[in-house]
Amino acid sequence: MSDQEQKKRSDGGDSGEETKGDDGAGQKKIAKRGEELKEEMDTLIDEIDEVLEENAEEFVKNYVQRGGE
Amino acid sequence: MPLPSVIGTEIEYGITVQNDRDFDPISSCVLLVNAYQENQDSQILWDYDQENPLMDARGFHVEGEKYTPNQQENIARNKTLRNGARFYVDHAHPEYSTPEVTNVLDLIAYERAGERTMEMARRAATALLPPGQTLLIYKNNSDRKGNSYGNHENYLIERKTPFKDVVEHFTPFLVSRQIYTGAGKIGSENRAMQCDYQISQRADFFETEVALDTMVKRPIINTRDEPHADRDKYRRLHVIIGDSNMSEVTTYLRVGVTSVILALIEDQAITKNMSIVEPVRAVKEVSHDIACKREFSMDRGGRLTAIQIQEDFLEMALAYFSSREVDPIIKDVLTRWEHTLSRLKEDPMQLDREIDWVIKHKLLRDYMSKRNTSWDHPQVQMLDLQYHDVRPDKGLYFLLERRDAVERIVDDADIEKAVYAPPTDTRAYFRGECIRRYPDSVFGVNWDSISFNVGDEPIKRILMNEPLKGTKAHVEELLNANPNVEDLVRSLTS
Repeated sequence: MSDQEQKKRSDGGDSGEETKGDDGAGQKKIAKRGEELKEEMDTLIDEIDEVLEENAEEFVKNYVQRGGE
Repeated sequence: MPLPSVIGTEIEYGITVQNDRDFDPISSCVLLVNAYQENQDSQILWDYDQENPLMDARGFHVEGEKYTPNQQENIARNKTLRNGARFYVDHAHPEYSTPEVTNVLDLIAYERAGERTMEMARRAATALLPPGQTLLIYKNNSDRKGNSYGNHENYLIERKTPFKDVVEHFTPFLVSRQIYTGAGKIGSENRAMQCDYQISQRADFFETEVALDTMVKRPIINTRDEPHADRDKYRRLHVIIGDSNMSEVTTYLRVGVTSVILALIEDQAITKNMSIVEPVRAVKEVSHDIACKREFSMDRGGRLTAIQIQEDFLEMALAYFSSREVDPIIKDVLTRWEHTLSRLKEDPMQLDREIDWVIKHKLLRDYMSKRNTSWDHPQVQMLDLQYHDVRPDKGLYFLLERRDAVERIVDDADIEKAVYAPPTDTRAYFRGECIRRYPDSVFGVNWDSISFNVGDEPIKRILMNEPLKGTKAHVEELLNANPNVEDLVRSLTS
């Protein structure tokens, strides 16, 4: 399990290394990665809006619990 | 030497029914636990005779009435599952207590098995409601209107560990660990100072240092002394100050690091005076400071941030384990703890794949910037709640998980297995296997006992005083050799 994380972490590190490569190509890669991140965020927010409860205001207002434990 | 760890968590979930004007939490909880497939024919009692929740760890009894519902109500509210867990109604909340486990990876698998059990029960219960109504369950700790419900961690420690050592060393640890254990929430409650967003869901509700209460005037150190095991040897430390986490990494650190610190306390390896001058006030102040830069006056003099307090604990832990053989899981916990503290120090917001309060903070910030809204907008507040929704298709944490936007610790296959099978290395194995093999003959269950109803004989109660006995290695052969429950009971009682 921790191997898996190790792998994920080092994968992240590798792509970071690549962008350090030579200047022009590196710059392009950074710009491309920026675009990708923006796109990811856009699709995430759209996806959230699709699943978010309707009538949020009323929903949040009505969510009342009794104290527990 | 400290004990091998035996741990478990009890989680109360939030519950509501959509479109039900007459929503009653208690009857909804009863519907929920009974709708779950595994529970439908269950007639097993929760054996309150073994419980004494009014015993105080400081050594005295507290006057008060014990809550013992009558038999039928008992069965309706309490379900013991084949995996050794307890799924039940606690006051006005559904609760899932994991079986006893020996390591934090199993703890995560069983806690998440609890989420799946809640979801299966929720679907089954919703099918029984009038059309248009939906039962909803949230793994969080506050309704943001001043009502909190708990997440309790349990750690078995040696009875001989002086309780004053626990109070002294554990208090500053619990106060400062929030920076990597909080589940995050918008705003404040319970007359705490105003803020946009804070680290912990629970911090605003803690009002004293040491006490027996869990529902009012909540204490940092809870003194409930109910070991569910041999009272002369063990104490079960009942930690009530934590948040319920969605992120596996957050649970991993919360429970993993806490068990490390308890081992140090048991072995008297806390060598520095770590006491914070005003710990109750510090609980809230740590939680309200998302930059993690606030300093706290220390009893030994000087001022430290929560990160620096944790760094001191880490240093003592590394020194302690440097001369010992370290279990690989503990070794990984230490590495991750160190990594997390250094990231918190640089910029807490880097932990947006690992720590709940940061993950959710980023989600809310991204949403607000994209939709041009603010903290008090109903949709943003809905996000804050829906992060904790247990439905795989609606829960926002699960949405992030599907997008590979958060880090995992255990595999889905381990979680799926934990839904139905008990851990093999604690007494939960015997409990779960007896329920699976002899469902009609188990009369009552508690953590440290199981009783059988066999023929016309009086009820036979088997005590399980040792959490690390009744394991697969101890009892599988015996169970296999006695497919008939009469024979099993005879061989256990002869």
